[in-house]
Amino acid sequence: MKPIKQSAWLLVLPVMVVLSFSAIIPLMTVVNYSVQDILGPSRHVFVGSEWFSDTLQDPELQKALLRQLVFSSCVLLIEIPLGLSLALVMPTRGAASSAALVLLGLPLLIPWNVVGTIWQIFGRADVGLGGYFMNSILHINYNYALNPRDAWCTLLLLDVWHWTPLVVLLCYAGLRSIPDAFYQAAAVDGASSWAVFRHVQLPKLRGVLTIAILLRFMDSFVIYTEPFVLTGGGPGDSTTFLSEFLTKLAIGQFDVGPAAAFSLIYFLIILLFSWLFYTVLSAQGRAEGPV
Amino acid sequence: MKQEGRILRRVVPLIYFTLLMLPIYWLLNMSLRLTPDILTRLEIVPLHPTFENYLHIMRDPTWYITYWHSFEYVALNVVISVSVALPAAYAFSRYRFLGDKQVFFWLLTNRMSPPAVFLLPFYEFYQSVGLFDTPFAVALAHCLFNVPLAVWILEGFMSGIPRELDETAALDGYSFPRFFIFVFLPLIRAGVGVTAFFCFMFSWVELLMASNLTATAAKPIVSVMTRTESATGLDFGLLAAAGMLTILPGAVVIWFIRNYIAKGFALGRV
Amino acid sequence: MARIQLRDIAHSYRPDPNRPEDYALRPLDLVWEDGGAYALLGPSGSGKSTLLNILSGLVRPSSGQLLFDGVEVTDRNTRERNIAQVFQFPVIYDTMTVFGNLAFPLRNRGVPRGVIRERVEKVAAILDLSNELGRRASGLTADAKQRISMGRGLVRTDVAAILFDEPLTVIDPALKWQLRRKLKQIHNELKVTLIYVTHDQTEALTFADHVVVMENGEVLQQGSPQELFEHPAHVFVGDFIGSPGMNLLPCILQDHVALVGGQPVTLSAHALDAHPNGALILGIRPEFIELADPGEAAQVTVTVTDIEPLGGHQLIRGRLGEHEIAIKALPEILVQIGETLPVWLPHAWIRLYSDGRLVN
Repeated sequence: MKPIKQSAWLLVLPVMVVLSFSAIIPLMTVVNYSVQDILGPSRHVFVGSEWFSDTLQDPELQKALLRQLVFSSCVLLIEIPLGLSLALVMPTRGAASSAALVLLGLPLLIPWNVVGTIWQIFGRADVGLGGYFMNSILHINYNYALNPRDAWCTLLLLDVWHWTPLVVLLCYAGLRSIPDAFYQAAAVDGASSWAVFRHVQLPKLRGVLTIAILLRFMDSFVIYTEPFVLTGGGPGDSTTFLSEFLTKLAIGQFDVGPAAAFSLIYFLIILLFSWLFYTVLSAQGRAEGPV
Repeated sequence: MKQEGRILRRVVPLIYFTLLMLPIYWLLNMSLRLTPDILTRLEIVPLHPTFENYLHIMRDPTWYITYWHSFEYVALNVVISVSVALPAAYAFSRYRFLGDKQVFFWLLTNRMSPPAVFLLPFYEFYQSVGLFDTPFAVALAHCLFNVPLAVWILEGFMSGIPRELDETAALDGYSFPRFFIFVFLPLIRAGVGVTAFFCFMFSWVELLMASNLTATAAKPIVSVMTRTESATGLDFGLLAAAGMLTILPGAVVIWFIRNYIAKGFALGRV
Repeated sequence: MARIQLRDIAHSYRPDPNRPEDYALRPLDLVWEDGGAYALLGPSGSGKSTLLNILSGLVRPSSGQLLFDGVEVTDRNTRERNIAQVFQFPVIYDTMTVFGNLAFPLRNRGVPRGVIRERVEKVAAILDLSNELGRRASGLTADAKQRISMGRGLVRTDVAAILFDEPLTVIDPALKWQLRRKLKQIHNELKVTLIYVTHDQTEALTFADHVVVMENGEVLQQGSPQELFEHPAHVFVGDFIGSPGMNLLPCILQDHVALVGGQPVTLSAHALDAHPNGALILGIRPEFIELADPGEAAQVTVTVTDIEPLGGHQLIRGRLGEHEIAIKALPEILVQIGETLPVWLPHAWIRLYSDGRLVN
């Protein structure tokens, strides 16, 4: 349906110029490192895929990957429906909506290490409001520093608290962009609230939901600061996700090779999942009928 | 609207915002207390609130100058990202051209690249062109993830506007720039508002590149906050006060663009 | 289908209106009979959209009552009024097929499946959508989507009226006339009350039996297309309708004769009896001005300034004294620029306007 216009490339040119500084050069550098063994400042030996196969067979990596997948899945399963539901009930006019928007923005604006720090204290049974509430009021034995299950729950709660507003804001803006005419037509057609949601709102939010899903997946997959500050990867390695794993790998070794190799693998995994999400979600939107 | 719907719309947001504000309240709580106190006693309401942490920040020029530094590069970044993204998003939304789907997805791959990977190349690059330790270095570096984000969000909102509107405007005698600025942009203002806020937010909180691409002249607040660690450990009170102060500019930004995000549009006359 | 009555309806977007200018819609009374085809014609800002929104329930009038079949509906919302509306931009349900779109209003009301199928197929046949029923609605052209929007209004037998708000705006000019004809056909076959809002006089005059002309929030005239053409009640109506519109020539009354550009024009006794005064304008349509036969004495002379051949006729533009005048003539008549043309202004077709309004 869209007209073909090759000169539209001119409109995309500014973006390409800006990004050419950011993307191509650095990636080449990393690729370079990962297939070389840096034995010394002046001796670079090409060693090919040795680093890659070593890295992939590491059982620690596999465990970290599994943890990461579980974490990201939980994040998506909670934050997307929750964010959408909240956006549907947010006030749309007046002082209430202004207040709502400002409050929604607040968790997003806190530097991530501070977020981790807040919850670090908040979750402690001795000096934190949350910890105290759990242990002394609800009488649940809760300690995120010692109990892996508690550490997981706290991290999930932290992430939901921190990032659901992003989903809410996206969906809220998306809902505001649906022209009144559609709601009027639906009213005239006698549609119930559920029918309006299913046939007017949800289809029109598809673009926004795609962005929300991709953003939350990508960001949760590379999450580093908050778990590092809150649990340091522990107790043990129960909350050591992929980025923490990579950092330990890079810092602990003199050779840049394995870390760079893993960087690429990491990147490729994200790429694969994102591509899957993107393809599935936009295929659903591909509404062109047969010509 | 049904009665249950009305109650839901009042009660649910209230509950949600109360829960949302608890950790923020906690931040406030910590900011009004000194670190030894924070680490030893639970005070749901600070018994002896003190502004010492805030005063420490405001008296120290290295602290408050860094607020300005942060604001400099973030503002630069938002302006660059949004202006560059608008035409590109329009192109992706309205036209098909060679490689369009691939480039669109490639943009996303930039957003998902772990910044750590780009750090060293960026460092060397900006050093060599003399932009190291300037707001431009950080602003451009942040374009790595903000430009794709801006293009993606704007494209999504632009695609919601029927293409017939563009053609109708052309028939009515609008030149393309006039159409874009006076007719099209107002219709997607919720999208522009959200895009601007997200670009601001992601750039504002980014720590790694902002710290490593600056030394003193452009040091941002986020990296100065890591200096709160001392021999006795992390200074929680100071950090909390800095955190509270960090929220303020963002809250102001969202307040100013609230009308963009909140107001929808009725398909009116072109 | 319903008889629609607007009783003393007025609307202002300001909280405290006192002058006429404060009103988007000045107080008016209108009755639309069941099953008629009506047009609301006027330029942007004339209040026609406000009136339409009052009808559909999107705007609650500041004062007055709206009645459907004698029942007051002023306080009812859109759904309860049973009004279908077709907007400037096609409004369809993207996720459904064409069949699904057309069936939607009936499904929501619990109509049995057999009846749904029958009605949808019937309406689809009228709208030339029978071949597209299985396709997803979002992939179709704008004009097909508008037909679907119309169809959703037509499937329901109990709809009070279908409102059209400039529905041809996004339609390809080549297809506009097809859709207009389609609307006329729908009206003839289904006898639905149709109310059509537009700023295009061609659309209004070809579609409607009865046209309401509005300007500045005021209803200037309502009547059949012929009435509006032959007896415009206001200079605005005279000018707006017709292509080109009526010639509006300022004149002075002197000794029972109108002086136009210094030249005398006889008026009917009927017009003179009304004792017209104030700023007088003599109106006559280009179609009704007669060129004098060769050799015949003329009433007035027009100096020709321009000639536009328009296919079936030619448009001669000239000056009568210091005023511009337009005359429609057959293409065979040879006229030259600069020529002084003797013409007749038949007093049967002259309309005299005092302060803009028809003198009667």
